[in-house]
Amino acid sequence: MQPVDQIHGRAYPLGRDNIDTDIILPGRFLKTITRAGLGGVAFEVIRAEPGNALDDPAYAGAPILIAGENFGCGSSREHAVWAMMDMGIRAVVARGFSDIFAGNAFKNGLLTVVLDPDAVDHVLEQARAGAIDIQLGDQRVILPDGTSFAFAIDPFRKHCLLNGLDEIGLSLDLEDQIAAFERQMAENRKWLLVPA
Amino acid sequence: MAGPRTLYEKIWDDHVVHRRDDGTCLLYIDRHIIHEVTSAQAFDGLRAAGRKVRRPDLTLAVPDHNLPTTARVDAAGARLPIEDPESAAQLAALERNAPAFGIRYIDAVAPEQGIVHVVGPEQGFSLPGTTLVCGDSHTSAHGGLGALAFGIGTSEVEHVLATQTLQLKPSRTMEVRIDGGLGFGVTPKDIVLALIGRIGAGAGAGHVIEYTGEAARAMSIEGRLTVANMSIEAGARAGLFAPDEKTFAYVKGRPLAPRGIDWDEALAQWRTLSTDPGAAYHKRVAIAADAIAPTVSWGTSLDDVGAITGIVPDPDSFDESARRDTARKALAYMGLAPGMRLQDIAVEHIFIGSCTNSRIEDLRGAAAVLHGRRLAPGIKRALVVPGSGLVKRQAEQEGIDRIFIEAGFEWREPGCSMCLAMNPDKVPAGERCASTSNRNFMGRQGPGSRTHLMSPAMAAAAAVTGRLTDVRDLMGAQ
Ligand code: SF4
Repeated sequence: MQPVDQIHGRAYPLGRDNIDTDIILPGRFLKTITRAGLGGVAFEVIRAEPGNALDDPAYAGAPILIAGENFGCGSSREHAVWAMMDMGIRAVVARGFSDIFAGNAFKNGLLTVVLDPDAVDHVLEQARAGAIDIQLGDQRVILPDGTSFAFAIDPFRKHCLLNGLDEIGLSLDLEDQIAAFERQMAENRKWLLVPA
Repeated sequence: MAGPRTLYEKIWDDHVVHRRDDGTCLLYIDRHIIHEVTSAQAFDGLRAAGRKVRRPDLTLAVPDHNLPTTARVDAAGARLPIEDPESAAQLAALERNAPAFGIRYIDAVAPEQGIVHVVGPEQGFSLPGTTLVCGDSHTSAHGGLGALAFGIGTSEVEHVLATQTLQLKPSRTMEVRIDGGLGFGVTPKDIVLALIGRIGAGAGAGHVIEYTGEAARAMSIEGRLTVANMSIEAGARAGLFAPDEKTFAYVKGRPLAPRGIDWDEALAQWRTLSTDPGAAYHKRVAIAADAIAPTVSWGTSLDDVGAITGIVPDPDSFDESARRDTARKALAYMGLAPGMRLQDIAVEHIFIGSCTNSRIEDLRGAAAVLHGRRLAPGIKRALVVPGSGLVKRQAEQEGIDRIFIEAGFEWREPGCSMCLAMNPDKVPAGERCASTSNRNFMGRQGPGSRTHLMSPAMAAAAAVTGRLTDVRDLMGAQ
């Protein structure tokens, strides 16, 4: 996983509450074989709306998305996160996230930032003005008008994101213990090896 | 070692590589089965990170979900193309990835190919006392052999491929004691349907079930696989049967099972795999098998089941308003009226198959009812889809295929088929299917499809009468 530290750029000022995983990526796209390529079909119901922010050239390729309450509710499909990452989104600022979505986002290195409703409103307004800066190290969102907001994050998750440690990387840090377990298995439970 | 332990706790403790302060464990995974639907992105992830599969030798790949169940080779023996381009691409990805990462691969035309949860036990890949995972929720099936087996998501598939471990917190334990014996015409499928109807489709959430009691011990291994398979429909992560002499006899001599001195050592260890007297479960329920009649589902969740002798319930008869609401929606979707006799529900489709009920005993059970009989005129289509190529061949040796074919069934190639309608086998919108699969969710067998779950013998009975039928009326009454 790529380390996440500073995310800088325009932000889609989407707002709205309860954007569910079917809105992010409808079920019929689950027959795909890649994580990549889903960006083109993400948010299709929103994109069908004339004048929507996602298709506004001012925000093309924006690495940040601003939303309201309960972002990512609905099914557990990891495809929703993959689709957003494929669009180039690296962080979502919202009033709140569904637990499952936040977990999937973390597993894939998508930063989820929760701010107060008032702060989110101000961020939305400023997102229309220019580029936004998110500093994970300092836990701050810095806006074009110079104001900034602090955000909270689980220390363990912060450590993983800053160092590009995905869950797999963390488990691989315990390589010595895994190898020791396997040596023991090869000795005491040889029957576990699948015959050639 | 502290105090008496449950079977689940013993298997868990045996596999802990590392324990974090917050209770999260790094758990070693002994067996990993992969199929085409949930593995492609995991392999992509490995490639992107430059990682290898840590233990290809402990991994087995089998295609099943997307494969058409019509002939796979032409008269000259050449592979036939798969029409749906997306299914074809998913299958091709597995066919590429497995050898590229050194993983044992049973291909679409191999005699051993079949549904992952049928193939694992059949090949001796699934073993008692092991941890076993697969990117499919019905992985709980392998618990019928006493394996701690559960379904995982795509990131976890990648995690297991890369590390042969998972980061997990222990589940709570739940004992389901099945007392007494099975009545005439009653199968393990009826038991598990009735059980879930009784305790509720969410009763097992956060738990691993252990099935105990006289009826559980008396069940064949295939019956145990059926019951363990449906544990997930009770909301449980996994279901376990303590392995016993029957289990050992089932596993012995299978192609990937331990041999020689390894077998003796395995056996010595497997014999320690039972819950200690006095060990505590977090939750316990008991049901009396004797009191269970052949059972069918009438709605769109596993809460919605009843004895075949009963009626479609009135939603207003339920205590909770949320339950009344879901029952009303279910009846509207299913096109049923309260008070109707279940035996008056006419069906147009029959599906005998799925990882729940497609093993040889299941086919024998259905064939015994079909013998000398024919599909009722109202049946548009009846499919029998053996769980694996080996099941299919054995059935053909026993002449069971003739019974199905003479009755009017289509005798298909192995795969998931109409269980989830990812391949071309689907129930058309608004039509009704008597199915031996495991989920009666809206649209599960195709958009707008209506599913009634039941045992293979009950599905055979519905096939010959054209409506849901008490199989006992047809048994021994020929
Ligand atoms: S038969 Fe059905 S439940 Fe079983 S693995 Fe296939 S799709 Fe899943």
